[in-house]
Amino acid sequence: MSNQTGMVQRGLMPITVQNITLTLNERMLIDDLSCIIKSDGMSVIMGPNGAGKSLFMRCLHGLAKPDMGQILYADTPLDPLIRQQQSLVFQTPTILRRTVLANLLFVARQRGIDDPKISMDYLAQLQLDHLAQHPARLLSGGEKQRLALARALIINPAILFLDEATSNLDPASIETIETNLQSVSKQGMKIILVTHDIGQAKRLADDVLFLHHGKLAEHSPAKSFFQKPKSGAAKAYLAGKLVL
Amino acid sequence: MPIYSESFAAAFGLLASSDQDLMEILALSINVSLASLVLSCVIGLPIGAFLAMRHFPMRDFLVGVFNAMMGLPPVVVGLLVYLHLSRSGPFGWLGLLYTPQAMVIAQMILITPIIIALSCQVLEDLHEDYKDFFDSLVVPKRTALLAYIIDARYSLMTVILAGFGRAISEVGAVIIVGGNIDHLTRVMTTAIALETSKGELAMALALGFILLAISLAVNFLVQWLKASARRRAYV
Repeated sequence: MSNQTGMVQRGLMPITVQNITLTLNERMLIDDLSCIIKSDGMSVIMGPNGAGKSLFMRCLHGLAKPDMGQILYADTPLDPLIRQQQSLVFQTPTILRRTVLANLLFVARQRGIDDPKISMDYLAQLQLDHLAQHPARLLSGGEKQRLALARALIINPAILFLDEATSNLDPASIETIETNLQSVSKQGMKIILVTHDIGQAKRLADDVLFLHHGKLAEHSPAKSFFQKPKSGAAKAYLAGKLVL
Repeated sequence: MPIYSESFAAAFGLLASSDQDLMEILALSINVSLASLVLSCVIGLPIGAFLAMRHFPMRDFLVGVFNAMMGLPPVVVGLLVYLHLSRSGPFGWLGLLYTPQAMVIAQMILITPIIIALSCQVLEDLHEDYKDFFDSLVVPKRTALLAYIIDARYSLMTVILAGFGRAISEVGAVIIVGGNIDHLTRVMTTAIALETSKGELAMALALGFILLAISLAVNFLVQWLKASARRRAYV
């Protein structure tokens, strides 16, 4: 399969996580975590604060390296070529000190997409085309996050990671982002997102990975997770109780 | 009081008539400062970028050394350059002492640490900001460096202007290694010192006005660059 960049995409799924452990400052933040993330739909990572969700996502994307264990993409260890077929949208997006369009062009050019028209199309898709020549750092929080999503999507990644990308956004911005996520997911893009928003998880998730104290407490299809969570921590979390 | 008014009037007269000696001194001052600035940027900016982007043992120590060197006493630098370039020194065979080239070397030694330390700070801040995004995007190091330079261009220009400001107003080092020789190594600062000691206040004042005007222009330019960057959200 090849995308618009001309870069040949390897099949990356499923993601097999084998006994990964990560310790920082003598604190075990990921504790012997294993799972298999399948290719279809959206996988949502949930859990209370400090459960290791973001760190687990950074491990999946190669921004953090586990002390032990390994992560395989279709039986291949993570390498730069695999990472080039992934995008990550951070909770607080890094905005380059350029115009909105130049932000998008920078990312597009990293994958050989030189046509500004393609970038403009993505800006239109995220309702940012009228701000193309605007300094990107002057955008509102929601606009910045939409720009970050446009940058992530323009390289047509095989896997899109989102780390609490819609936290602190207004409902309209959240809806725009979710609509785009559902659209690209239908086209076959694997989406893995971290969220605290139970409503959002219910709207988007096909399966849920629930983390607690760095361990995978539960990995279930979304329907059964929300109707009948197996772990006590997940039950308490969904009931809105403080999970310690 | 008359001496002041006479001196001021004479100074403006020299400026208005574009006095040849005055213009010669002015040209040499700017040439020496620009030459040392260009050399300092060629050496300092890559070192600053390297220190900003790489972490290695002794890196913090080196940054500390360059920060400390921003306050190098000019006369000490002048003395060291003099010792190295004097006939009995290791580079005496080059015959550079009391030439504009010697002044360029001395000024370069003074302003290179400023360029290194300030550019390192500017680029390090940007690197901290962009690091995860570039890492996620698997951006090659050279592309990342270019992006840092483009996005930090206003701040880097301010750094370069700070270096120029230091160079053009420096006197201690250039008077030692240049010797303040008329029509050869006399620059504005050394000429002001000499003319003042001779009691020729008109020339000293005229040069002082120009030096002040250049310093003010550089500072206004820095302020304008900062405001412009802020307006365009480049900071």
